Amino acid sequence: MSRTRSICPFCGCGCSFYILTEGDRVIGVEPSAGNPVNKGMLCAKGWNAFDFVNSPDRLVKPLIRKQGTLVETSWDEAITTVATRLSDIGSRSGPRSLGFLSSAKVTNEENYLFMKMARAAFKTNSVDHCARL
Amino acid sequence: MAGLAAAFGSGAMTNSIGEFEGADLFFVIGSNTTAQHPLIGARIINAVEGGATLIVADPREIPLVSYASLFLRQNIGTDVAVMNGMMNVIINEVLYDETFVATRTEGFEQLKETVAKYTPQVVEKISGIRAADLEEAARRYAGADKAMLVYAMGITQHATGTDNVKTCANLAMLTGHLGRAGTGVNPLRGQNNVQGACDMGGLPNVYSGYQRVNDDAVKDKFSKAWGVQGLDDQVGLTITDMMTAARTGDLKALYVMGENPILSDPDGSQVELALSNLEFLVVQDIFLSETAALADVVLPAACYAEKEGTYTNTERRVQISHCAVKPPGEAKVDWEIICRVATAAGYSMNYDSSWEILKEINTVTPSYGGITKERLEKGDGLQWPCPNSDHPGTAFLHKDRFTKGLGTFLPCEFKPVAEPPDEEYDFMLTTGRIYCQFHTGTMTRRTNMLEREAPRPTFEINPEDAKRLGIRDAEMAEIQSRRGAIRLRAEVTSRVPKKVVFTTFHFHEAPVNILTNPVHDPVSKIPEFKGCAVKIRRIA
Repeated sequence: MSRTRSICPFCGCGCSFYILTEGDRVIGVEPSAGNPVNKGMLCAKGWNAFDFVNSPDRLVKPLIRKQGTLVETSWDEAITTVATRLSDIGSRSGPRSLGFLSSAKVTNEENYLFMKMARAAFKTNSVDHCARL
Repeated sequence: MAGLAAAFGSGAMTNSIGEFEGADLFFVIGSNTTAQHPLIGARIINAVEGGATLIVADPREIPLVSYASLFLRQNIGTDVAVMNGMMNVIINEVLYDETFVATRTEGFEQLKETVAKYTPQVVEKISGIRAADLEEAARRYAGADKAMLVYAMGITQHATGTDNVKTCANLAMLTGHLGRAGTGVNPLRGQNNVQGACDMGGLPNVYSGYQRVNDDAVKDKFSKAWGVQGLDDQVGLTITDMMTAARTGDLKALYVMGENPILSDPDGSQVELALSNLEFLVVQDIFLSETAALADVVLPAACYAEKEGTYTNTERRVQISHCAVKPPGEAKVDWEIICRVATAAGYSMNYDSSWEILKEINTVTPSYGGITKERLEKGDGLQWPCPNSDHPGTAFLHKDRFTKGLGTFLPCEFKPVAEPPDEEYDFMLTTGRIYCQFHTGTMTRRTNMLEREAPRPTFEINPEDAKRLGIRDAEMAEIQSRRGAIRLRAEVTSRVPKKVVFTTFHFHEAPVNILTNPVHDPVSKIPEFKGCAVKIRRIA
């Protein structure tokens, strides 16, 4: 079994825990005793923050809508479609026709990069996330 | 957060979780802390058991109430009146911190004038709180040496959310409960990285570190740092504006990363309509959420356990997280997906790791300047502002001066909820979360232990109302607003006062945001989730 330092993915407390893994599978979490936020404790959600990781419902392939239905596709096709459609709509209707919703669940680095993409690649400040909600 | 930024110059929790142990008094308003922020709730309970005083103001009799010396059960949406009333008492009885007001603040005379009419008797009529209780709360809060004001979405999710926040700031400044350990105005953030998403510029008006998009010097700085010309210098659309623009056809494409607006946004049917009206919708997520099911392209992402990076908690503490397992199937970490999309769109992005991105953040974001991987690895995180690699981080803000210099009193008048109950829609619906589920349920509802504890949606209704309507505990009933109807089981409980019902937005089977009122705060654009008019009927 190995232990990996991490942070609980639920509320804004930021409780620190170790993810316990057996091979490729997450099997539990263990609160870090020394952390000043949670001091070795977790709530019911925190203690169970490993279960959904292994859910059979996880998305494992990019999907694309064809004839009205979402079907599996390759990363290359998915990325090319996203980049092309966004660029085309942006150049046809202006950057104001594009919107970007960032996430309160992903890392700082990913939030930074997402807003950088919206602003530098697609030239719009219409980027927001669910802080208001 | 706009309210705090206007008053203090910085929109974040002023103090730290560790300081909860040293406070003498907690004034908790609009936060069901033990359910939403359980570990902070536990801190408050420990402090109370150690002798601290707790005052709770909430329309619901939340679990913290059993630890409180004083419970102020205000009518929904009357927070400004309640706190204006407290300030009325504090000023009349000269209980305010005269030195703090004189040396650290501006606008006191206007505040005095505004709150003068909010006598405890007037406030009793508006809020339902007995005048004597309000006076007692005011005296205790003002009289404490170190008092922490704690709030959450019960304050912000109103059409008057910004006014509510400004009023919290007024109350804390008036009594000098700011700029010291164990004091402050402490908004508790609802998501693990909502603070970080704001800090990193996931907002239409600012780059990372709250640097304004309409400031030419800032624009030049980012143009150079990113090697790009033609950055947008107008404030962009908020999520609320985007939904409106999608309905009118002005917004044609939307890229959603890790959000589920169909369940989380007000007036859900309209959101679904807005998203369906788009020419192109991309959703990047770990599950096929209700929103992802509408997308033209769905990009499978890694979850927190499958990637490395940093997160910023509610007390501005940046902490490190490492990768424990590989993402399932072909799922990829979000930053890699972003790099590929940007590069394919003609703006090249190449990073070898999350840490290389963090280095770039350090160089362009003054408050994160000294927050490096090496330092995070060694300790328990760093609280911003942390401008350089020798800086220890900042436990509490506004020590000798406010971020903007003097703190500004921003007095507000009470305004009732936008859609008060009437003869037909005679109940007030309020919404929130429960202990064992989270947000739209995409993660917790796939967690057996949690789903077992709270497997289905229920709504709370007062025993007297339930009796009158012939609804028994655990029976099905229908809640209807002007925008839609949902069916779910009743929980008959005096936790809610008469003529108020409460439910959560965790369950797609009873999506409460079909009912909620999309009217929003004019500044923060936060919708009024906490109060709308509904009617209730038993389903025979």
